[in-house]
Amino acid sequence: MEKLQQLQGVAAPLPRANIDTDIITPMARLNTASKHNMHEYTFEPLRFLADGSENPDFVLNKPGYRGASILIAGRNFGCGSSRETAVWGIRGLGIRCVIAESFGDIFFNNCFQNSVLPIRLPAETVAELMVEAGADQGNMQFQVDVASRTLTTPSGRVITFDLTPDRQAALLEGLDEIAQTLKDDADTTAFQDRDRTARPWIHELGRIE
Amino acid sequence: MSEAKTLFEKLWSTHVVRSLGEDLDLLHVDRLLLHDLSGARAMKELQERGLTVRNPELCLATPDHSISTMPGRTLASSEHGEAFGGGLRDMANATGIPHYGLEHPNQGIVHVVGPETGYTLPGCLLVCGDSHTSTHGAMGAMAFGIGSSELVHVMATQTIRQRRPKAMRITIDGELGPGIEPKDVILHIIGQLGVAAGTGHAVEYAGSTIANMSMEGRLTICNLSIEFGARMGMVAADDTTFEYLRDKPLAPKGEAWEQALAYWRTMNSDEGAVFDREVSIDATEIIPQITWGTSPGQTMAVDENIPGPESFAEAEQQQGTVNALEYMDLKAGAPIAGTKIDRIFIGSCTNSRLSDLRRAAAVAKGRHVAKGVIALVVPGSVPVKVAAEAEGLHEIFLDAGFEWREPGCAQCVASNGEVVPPGERCISTANRNFVGRQGPGARTHLAGPAMAAAAAVMGEITDVRDLAPIEEEAE
Ligand code: SF4
Repeated sequence: MEKLQQLQGVAAPLPRANIDTDIITPMARLNTASKHNMHEYTFEPLRFLADGSENPDFVLNKPGYRGASILIAGRNFGCGSSRETAVWGIRGLGIRCVIAESFGDIFFNNCFQNSVLPIRLPAETVAELMVEAGADQGNMQFQVDVASRTLTTPSGRVITFDLTPDRQAALLEGLDEIAQTLKDDADTTAFQDRDRTARPWIHELGRIE
Repeated sequence: MSEAKTLFEKLWSTHVVRSLGEDLDLLHVDRLLLHDLSGARAMKELQERGLTVRNPELCLATPDHSISTMPGRTLASSEHGEAFGGGLRDMANATGIPHYGLEHPNQGIVHVVGPETGYTLPGCLLVCGDSHTSTHGAMGAMAFGIGSSELVHVMATQTIRQRRPKAMRITIDGELGPGIEPKDVILHIIGQLGVAAGTGHAVEYAGSTIANMSMEGRLTICNLSIEFGARMGMVAADDTTFEYLRDKPLAPKGEAWEQALAYWRTMNSDEGAVFDREVSIDATEIIPQITWGTSPGQTMAVDENIPGPESFAEAEQQQGTVNALEYMDLKAGAPIAGTKIDRIFIGSCTNSRLSDLRRAAAVAKGRHVAKGVIALVVPGSVPVKVAAEAEGLHEIFLDAGFEWREPGCAQCVASNGEVVPPGERCISTANRNFVGRQGPGARTHLAGPAMAAAAAVMGEITDVRDLAPIEEEAE
């Protein structure tokens, strides 16, 4: 996984609650789009009008926010399906950090698999950040520092966010979870050996041909 | 004496391979279900990374999302069936994972197939690259949806890194009124609690209403757990579960069954176990539900009037209401009953089991789908289809003008191309009414199978309790 240590960039406010993963990456695109071009369809129902042209009212279409690398969203962002494409799409747009009061659990987990940092902050703080991000039409720089777990706003306000040590380490070092787990595969074998006595029916699964 | 534990704590602790830090554990995965959309993708990624499937014998693959549900279908009948369904089959064959393809007598929607084959067992940890994996918790299992990176991790290691969620119990007591379905119960709960109430929680459903509910009803309840954000939903296994499981082809047999049964009987919340959050619901108050908005929490009793922004206190909810009413083309203050509809979809991992089809057929019997309305019935699996046909349900539906399809996800998510056209209104027994879920611009109302069948025959949203059974009318 790619590292994420520091980030500096524009933050785009998207103050709508319950943006689900069907909005972030519509099902119709999942069949054809790949990890590499998913971003072309990210937020499609919001980002484009019925005729396929850009919706000028959508924040990421506004000049100052086009290259935003931080998204400040309404609560329960990324609720809905487990599709990791939602994170690919956001990441493909260049966004590496999403700030919201709350997230869908699976989306939240998926972010860390793709070197995207989701930050949970109190509703009040999120509202204040949206105001600050909207103040100068996007030309203001926010900074995120993973090592110190801080977000610095254009006005110089410093906000500390929660990040568990394992996730912090994974972002800082770009760790690969599978390789880590496989290193200690003997533990899994030992578990299965014990478990075969305790719950043989789990391991002796039949087959229906 | 040991401390009182919740079912969730017992499920969790019995699967810990290794602790990875505070509240973070490496858990053993007992069962991994793969479907064509997320499964085929993840298997490909696994191969590209040069990894192998650690325990293929514990996995199970079946296509459901991308396949056509038309009678006589093959993988080629839908646009992406070959790519995804064929991809899943090839990968399963190459890795030794059992695969229930289109010709297999057990093909179906993953969340229907798991329980009805006995693949899903009480006390097991089951994952799938699909958020409605919470369904399987109804069997007393710990089951949750994961993303595709996690899926690759599970295939390669048979484990998953998980952060322990909090425990929540929803106790539902009282007898359900006539005509009230499990779907009404769970939509009512989501409407009461809000769509994010369960975030970060493992939810156990308990109380007399659940104790008296059938296995299939419990599967419907647990299926929608994710729609209020819960990481997982579960019901402790009891005699209802064991009776349901006893003859299932993959359930343990003979001595192994007895041994398993003794173990399963210990897998429930001890008296006095402490939950992080407790909620009580009075089942006697529940009225047939229908969603009016674009989030499952935007649900209402069918005999009420459509809410407007002023019905909500928070600005965010008010804005959400305005957006939803506009998308759904509904007027605040008007009764929802009587709203004209274009389509009906009875199916999905929420409501496509035999008892669901029976309730819908009871309403359809002797009636006919309203003029201009297209109504689909899609059984959740081949065994459901076979059982329904054995009791003649398909004839009731066909006589009434419904289409009778082959098993799959179908119009729940329209990833097989079976979309609802823009602007059309569909009553769906599935679990999501999101913007564009059934196709761009499609307007989805969620309801139970009997309510959906009632709407189909009346051509408008109808309180199923107002439709007398045909036999009684004839008397
Ligand atoms: S029926 Fe719908 S919700 Fe269920 S697995 Fe299929 S697409 Fe997902």
